[in-house]
Amino acid sequence: MANHNAHTEHGDHGGHEGGHGSMKSYVIGFLLSIVLTIIPLVAVMNDMFSKQVTTVIILIMAILQFAVQLLFFMHIRDEKKPRYNLISLIFGLVIMLTIVAGSIWIMTYNAVAT
Amino acid sequence: MAEAIKQKGHLAHAGHGSHDSGDHGHGHDHHDQEEMKTFGFWLFLITDVILFGVLFATYVVLRNNTAGGPLGSELIEMPGIIASTFILLTSSFTSGIALLEMNKGNKKGLITWLIITALLGASFIYLEVNEFIHLVHEGANIGTSAYWSAFFTLVGTHGLHVSLGLVWMTVLIVQIRRRGITPVTKRKVNIVSLYWHFLDVVWIFVFTIVYLMGVM
Repeated sequence: MANHNAHTEHGDHGGHEGGHGSMKSYVIGFLLSIVLTIIPLVAVMNDMFSKQVTTVIILIMAILQFAVQLLFFMHIRDEKKPRYNLISLIFGLVIMLTIVAGSIWIMTYNAVAT
Repeated sequence: MAEAIKQKGHLAHAGHGSHDSGDHGHGHDHHDQEEMKTFGFWLFLITDVILFGVLFATYVVLRNNTAGGPLGSELIEMPGIIASTFILLTSSFTSGIALLEMNKGNKKGLITWLIITALLGASFIYLEVNEFIHLVHEGANIGTSAYWSAFFTLVGTHGLHVSLGLVWMTVLIVQIRRRGITPVTKRKVNIVSLYWHFLDVVWIFVFTIVYLMGVM
């Protein structure tokens, strides 16, 4: 009985490791990341839009690029529950964004900045 | 093979229930420990996210404080930056292929793709060092103005991370060559490729915020 349980466990384990990405998902991720790099590059080098619109576009592209790396290369979706990796990542991002947004906000209204 | 030996062990110890469960517990512990180490590394990456966040915040806040010195948009040469961006993107992809080869149990493929990744990383560093030399030559060093201090600290910290990754990858390649693909080297390759993808993500933001917005 115990032996049988151990076996199924091993089987599951093998399946889990096999699921860690395939050539297809890596190629899709790579192509997406290339496209997401070329779009902002073209937008900036050719001065296609106003400065504000360009800023928004390239920031969105960078965030999408981040998502592509996370989903296709770092396999954040394949994580078993409980999702400690995802939760710690969100925690880190919240702190990081607080620092960045807070610094910009404070220093924009600081006479020293300009 | 190991499974077969375990089975024999089971037969021999039939009736010793406590021993059986102890044995399995041990195997599971070992697996858990490798997973815990990977998670520990993930937590390190999260702290690195915060480290780079602080450097980005500094850079953005100080972006206009050039103290009458040269501006970033005057000195930055985009062709080299674009080349290094695509080099790093490709190396992120090749480190993923290395991982696939490892999961297939192909030691030779794993080593080959790790070497390709390391070479791409090395050419990235080569381009970055050249860029820094160019900037210093043009009169923008780390002490020129607050802008250049923030610039060199942010870009340089990323470059240091990549250099460290190169050393680490080289050592790992030697280790895999000696020990082959074991649960321990497997975990190490997993970790180093996580690190590499992470550095690519950081570079994307350096590229966007420092370079693209700098020359806009």
